[in-house]
Amino acid sequence: MIGIEHYLVVGAILFVLGVLGIFINRKNVIVILMSVELILLAVNINLVAFSAFIGDLTGQIFAMFVLTVAAAEAAIGLAILVIYYRGRGTIAVDDVNRMKG
Amino acid sequence: MIETLAFYLFAGLVIAGGVMVIMSRNPVHSVLWLILAFFNAAGLMVLVGAEFIAMLLVIVYVGAVAVLFLFVVMMLDIDFAAMRAGFIKNFPLGIAIAVILLAELGLGLGAYGAGGIELGTADGTAAVRSDVSNIEAIGALLYGRYIILFEIAGIILLVAMIGAIVLTHREPKPGARGRQDIGKQISRRPEEATVMKNPEYGKGVEL
Repeated sequence: MIGIEHYLVVGAILFVLGVLGIFINRKNVIVILMSVELILLAVNINLVAFSAFIGDLTGQIFAMFVLTVAAAEAAIGLAILVIYYRGRGTIAVDDVNRMKG
Repeated sequence: MIETLAFYLFAGLVIAGGVMVIMSRNPVHSVLWLILAFFNAAGLMVLVGAEFIAMLLVIVYVGAVAVLFLFVVMMLDIDFAAMRAGFIKNFPLGIAIAVILLAELGLGLGAYGAGGIELGTADGTAAVRSDVSNIEAIGALLYGRYIILFEIAGIILLVAMIGAIVLTHREPKPGARGRQDIGKQISRRPEEATVMKNPEYGKGVEL
């Protein structure tokens, strides 16, 4: 029988893969955004697993809101990427210091 | 038995997809692996009894977000080889942090498995009901108890949509062909736009 720990392990591995993806693809913003999506997917798996095993639907509602935020983040992130590419002709992020912040 | 088999299949493919997303040389392939990972995560959620979230995952993530990624990746003309320059250099640091993070998460899981962490018990107001389907129960909760959060989620999506349009919209240059001047268009009157002519037979019209 599959217990909640199995789902939590899958979520943990997926989360770590997302973090690793951010570190090893430092230059490529597109892959960084995809890594963020992986992290949010891991969070969703955890929320849904806990929701199912505790027997409370609130976790699934929260997973929906995480999904909403992920969609909004992807849209805004890719829009920023497009205007950044328009201005500079590249998407290398290691020299993003235009605002000197 | 079949449930165990399905779990390991879905879980293995989710993780394989995640590995290929971050390791793939070509971002287009990364997006396709991401789609595989989303599909199998949806499978995991069906296994656990959350059909509605599984559907949302397929529709929203695969249908909208992944396609948006694919669109942007293919639209931008990028030298992907140069993007990989720091890959080897950053690899040891990344692996070190990943191992530390995984160890920490494993520690938390171990503490939970040993009974060191007490999960809260559900108060029953949002309990999973056996008499209605998953989607019906979620709908009752979402349009009842969480209606404010639901509307805020709608506003977030609206703001994201307007933000994306405002960011990427480009005004055409003044005087460019095909440029619309809405003020000029709506202030145009029929009497100054059309003339009546009654030309003789065989002769053209001079305007």
